[in-house]
Amino acid sequence: MLVDNAQEIAPETLAEVRGAFPILGQKIGDHPLVYLDNAATTQKPLAVIDAVTRYYREDNANIHRGVHALSQRATSAYEDARAAVARFIGAPDTRQIVFTRGTTEAVNLVAWSFARPRLKKGDVILLTEMEHHANIVPWQLVAEATGARVVPAPVTDAGEVDMDAFRKLLEREPVALAAFVYISNSLGTVNPVETMLAAARAAGVPTLVDAAQAVSQRPVDVAALDCDFLAFSGHKLFGPTGIGVLYGKQAHLEAMPPYQGGGDMIANVSFAGTTFKGPPERFEAGTPHIAGVVGLGAAVEWFEAQPRERLWAHEDALVRRATEGLAGIDGVRIVGTAREKASVVSFLLADAHPHDIGTFLDAEGIAIRAGHHCCQPLMTRYGITGTARASFSIYNTMEEADRLVTAVRRVARFFS
Amino acid sequence: MDDLHELYQEVILEHHKRPRNFRALPQCSHRAAGHNPLCGDEVEVYLAVRDGRIAEVTFQGQGCAISRASASLMTEVLTGKRIEEAHKVFAQVKDALTGNAPEAGMDEIGELAALQGVRRFPARIKCATLPWHAFEAALDGTRRVSTEG
Repeated sequence: MLVDNAQEIAPETLAEVRGAFPILGQKIGDHPLVYLDNAATTQKPLAVIDAVTRYYREDNANIHRGVHALSQRATSAYEDARAAVARFIGAPDTRQIVFTRGTTEAVNLVAWSFARPRLKKGDVILLTEMEHHANIVPWQLVAEATGARVVPAPVTDAGEVDMDAFRKLLEREPVALAAFVYISNSLGTVNPVETMLAAARAAGVPTLVDAAQAVSQRPVDVAALDCDFLAFSGHKLFGPTGIGVLYGKQAHLEAMPPYQGGGDMIANVSFAGTTFKGPPERFEAGTPHIAGVVGLGAAVEWFEAQPRERLWAHEDALVRRATEGLAGIDGVRIVGTAREKASVVSFLLADAHPHDIGTFLDAEGIAIRAGHHCCQPLMTRYGITGTARASFSIYNTMEEADRLVTAVRRVARFFS
Repeated sequence: MDDLHELYQEVILEHHKRPRNFRALPQCSHRAAGHNPLCGDEVEVYLAVRDGRIAEVTFQGQGCAISRASASLMTEVLTGKRIEEAHKVFAQVKDALTGNAPEAGMDEIGELAALQGVRRFPARIKCATLPWHAFEAALDGTRRVSTEG
């Protein structure tokens, strides 16, 4: 539930949230850092940094099968984090949470262990034009291996999925799986995933939701969404890099063959044949990123303790402020004007290339991203090679949004 | 801001706004596309080589101020050069841009010295070298070259 007086979040609340992130207090040259690259990765609160440090200082050991105290503590920390993540996204059972290296590996896991065995020549894997390369390339690889086809649903000029086209593709094509992004990393579009998932369900098509941006921007409840799979990364949720999550429906996970083979995923190994553990261990071969999992668990717990609705409303106000400010500059074009957006303002400046904008802003301590944002097909759709992208998080301030606008106005003057 | 002004000197901005030889060359003898997968920028370089001499160089494509100015300056300095001279110029430019040469090292190549500011912006060096790699690729007969190996 978003509240109306979002702009007026209590300054002390915002200061407290911001104060939890030690990295934000620094200067870049003479300028205070303005971190607006949150769609690429969010910063980490002290609670996460401390949890990872404490794990290495006090609990470090390999998990499972250890009879000693440290191993038992490490195992508990690892499995407690799994339970925290399950609760955070509303998964009915902790066994439905598979730890991966990130969203990318989670999508690959589904592509190879779930999709590949069931794909036939001519089957369609339905995506959208606004997917990140991580939700395109794994499907192209399994399509190549099976003779299936990858078909993207078109995106409108405003940056919304063309829902009529999406439904028609589901009706007319032999769609074997639909995979789509919840919130676009390059445009900020919040897709109507409930509607998309219902349409896929009605067509009997299993689904994967790329929730990499969404988990920090919206409440995500897998039981309510009723998706077959959902993937996200820890580092875009205030957690460490190198750790991510695949949620899957239990029946699917039970039926899927392993993705990688190795230690910790087996029931019994012999040269005559090997049997595997059930999920989630079946999909977690080798010593996992234990510290990453501990950090992710801490991130989830920290985030749940924040006044999230108010912070999201504040963030939406930041996006509106930046969008209005930038749109008021001569020569600025906002790319992505969907009715519902979160976090991201992608823009172009008539006389300055995104990389030039990025270099100028960096000289003022403002971190944005310039380029195709791993969405080349989407850029091609708009006839551009890239955009300048400012992406906000809960700890950014109105003053920072204004500094962005002022700096871009200076860049516009310089290049005009 | 000083580094920034050194990077975006008048010469660079002027070539960015009014690039020289910015067109296709249908009767070219060599051509190649340079691609920077990090940003998606692409530049196509066309050469007309006659009797071991570069009679004409042109370019087309999308790019930032740095890559566009670098390409524009490149077409000016390479026109009329013998092939072996052109390779030498490229080597000098590469050294100067990546910081392997003393700053004065580019004096002999005139306006190209304006590109030296890029050495303080490691993330932007590939923007400046992109058209040069495309030029080398064209001479080598490679149709397409990438900044990422």
